[in-house]
Amino acid sequence: MSMSKIVRAAACVLLPFILVFGFYIVMHGHLTPGGGFQGGAVIATGFVLLMAAFSYDSITARLSKSSLTGGETLGLLLFIVTAAVALGLGGTFFGNWLANSGAIFGTPVAFGANPGNLNTAGVIPIMNLAVGIEVLGGLSVILLYMLSGVHEEVA
Amino acid sequence: MIVPSLLLQHAPALLLAVPMLGAFATPLLGRLGSGIRNAWAVLAMLCTLLIAVVLATEVLATGTIVYAFGAAAPHLSVPLDSGGIPIRIIFTVDAMSAFMALFASIVGFAVLLYSLKSQSRNSGQDGYYALLLLLTVGILGMVCTGDLFNFFVFLEINSLAGAALVAYRVDKGVAVEAGLKYAVLSTLGGLLVLFAIALLYGQYDALNIAMIASRMQFTLLDKVALVMLVVALAMKAGAVPMHFWTPDAYSMAPSAVTAFLVVASQASLYGIFRVVFSLYGLALDCLTVGWVLIILGVLSMFVGVTMAIPQKDVKRLMAYHAVSQTGYMLLGVGVGVAVLGNQDLLTAYGRIAMEGGIFHIINHAMYKGLLFLTAGAIFYRTGTRNLNKLGGLGHSMKWTMVFFMIGALAIAGIPPFNGFASKLMIYESVFLFNPLLSIIAMVVSILTLASFVKVFHSIFMGPKLPEYADVREVPAPMLIGMGILALFVILFGIFPQQVVDLLITPAAAALIDQGGYIASILGGA
Repeated sequence: MSMSKIVRAAACVLLPFILVFGFYIVMHGHLTPGGGFQGGAVIATGFVLLMAAFSYDSITARLSKSSLTGGETLGLLLFIVTAAVALGLGGTFFGNWLANSGAIFGTPVAFGANPGNLNTAGVIPIMNLAVGIEVLGGLSVILLYMLSGVHEEVA
Repeated sequence: MIVPSLLLQHAPALLLAVPMLGAFATPLLGRLGSGIRNAWAVLAMLCTLLIAVVLATEVLATGTIVYAFGAAAPHLSVPLDSGGIPIRIIFTVDAMSAFMALFASIVGFAVLLYSLKSQSRNSGQDGYYALLLLLTVGILGMVCTGDLFNFFVFLEINSLAGAALVAYRVDKGVAVEAGLKYAVLSTLGGLLVLFAIALLYGQYDALNIAMIASRMQFTLLDKVALVMLVVALAMKAGAVPMHFWTPDAYSMAPSAVTAFLVVASQASLYGIFRVVFSLYGLALDCLTVGWVLIILGVLSMFVGVTMAIPQKDVKRLMAYHAVSQTGYMLLGVGVGVAVLGNQDLLTAYGRIAMEGGIFHIINHAMYKGLLFLTAGAIFYRTGTRNLNKLGGLGHSMKWTMVFFMIGALAIAGIPPFNGFASKLMIYESVFLFNPLLSIIAMVVSILTLASFVKVFHSIFMGPKLPEYADVREVPAPMLIGMGILALFVILFGIFPQQVVDLLITPAAAALIDQGGYIASILGGA
């Protein structure tokens, strides 16, 4: 049930931009409005576009449900493991053990008005990333299941 | 001994983190094989149970435990630079929470053991175990949290996992319909709860239950919020007249799930109690609110049991009985609320009534869980739940019959089983409040007994039927799951005083002591 060539070509052109925008929202979750859930949903809409433009079979040939559910599970595990690491370091569950540590995402935030530094906020960007992966996998699986009910019209 | 101290210090967080990790990893481990996955699920649930035991012991020994997520140390509920406002998500585990968490994890463990065999013939078990563990997370979160918005989040986890589990065994679309009904109603309830939380947040700029309680003015908006919270949670608890989802959801879900859904409903009941006692407390018009709970309770008791009597489907019948039993808890605690402002009456019978209602929660979870599991065992072997088609199973399923008898006698309030202990406490104390209510409660018990005598007769008695000639006893894991619950039914029936002293009295005292609840978060101020 793939659509016309114009739609397919337009979908291919748009897809990278949607993906970049989605990942931008995920990674800038601690600086700008948005975050893991919103970004993951944006990326999933990119997949919806592909599913609408191409057929169900051609999508599932490249992107299996099990790899999407695997991604979903990995996102969830990354989230909870990040939260649990704080316990091992002497903090409480969900403690921000990376903030101001000087390591990745560990730069202290400058005082006063500033344009925002991506390399701050400790575990928050990591959790955003985890939620982004999880939502991307989850929503895509839901959409794939919904699409699997749509059958090709017999011409 | 670094591990136990770590466990002790972080028990409230681990109580949720362990089943959550279990749930998230289950689909991955399912790819390695069903044996590994089942072992993982059992391990996760066993660890949860152990943590719940540790937590409950600690709470009963030292009093309310506070856990501030993300803080430098668990007890730092109010950061020094916050101006006395608790800003983090905080778990407030008092004796009532610990009690709920303890029995929820006991039932969860029994249900999981039972599921190992009862679900072994179904597909999609990765999702089943993940959802069962998530439902555990939802229940434990609801009873442990001290933050209203967090309560809403766990209520939604509870509802979604429950709805998916109700629809798990796709049975010609009927189960899916029941699941959808449950999901839609739960979402509606969830929206009411969210709106009520928004009303409170708008007025008091806080989400922490203790913080709101300390600022409570009981304005018109607070009354609106109270009505929405109580209505939504009473619906989730299955009280008449919002009970209509229970027969569908309870009868269509796999039996193991139904036994656990009973606990999920009781987490909502806990929500009502927490809202009434800890959030509003003495600011309430206690007599009015108490009578509302009592009327809800009496309606649930009576309508539930009268609807149960004509049912042909054994699980539908039990579902209506679950509605009926919920009424006892509302009645007992409602009487406690009605006399909350009056210290003399509270000492005379209010506390006993509340303790009876709370004791009935745990007893109900045990015997009703047991009854649903026996119904599942019968369905597992015969493939039907229709009472008119069943018969003569006493010859071949002796253990199931014994467990059913224990459950049926307990629900009807016959000594020496646990239902008798809590019902007697409710009868005696409610009689002092209003004799008529107590008489209604006794009549409902008699009707319950009558109904279960009928069920027992039509399932187990009579000659062996030819169509069930090759029916055998169910496999050992299912019997163990039922046995755990039956053991508690008998133990609580024989030693009610010890259980009441150990668990129930502290729980009721924790509910009444609103000042203590607030002080545990905000300090002695």
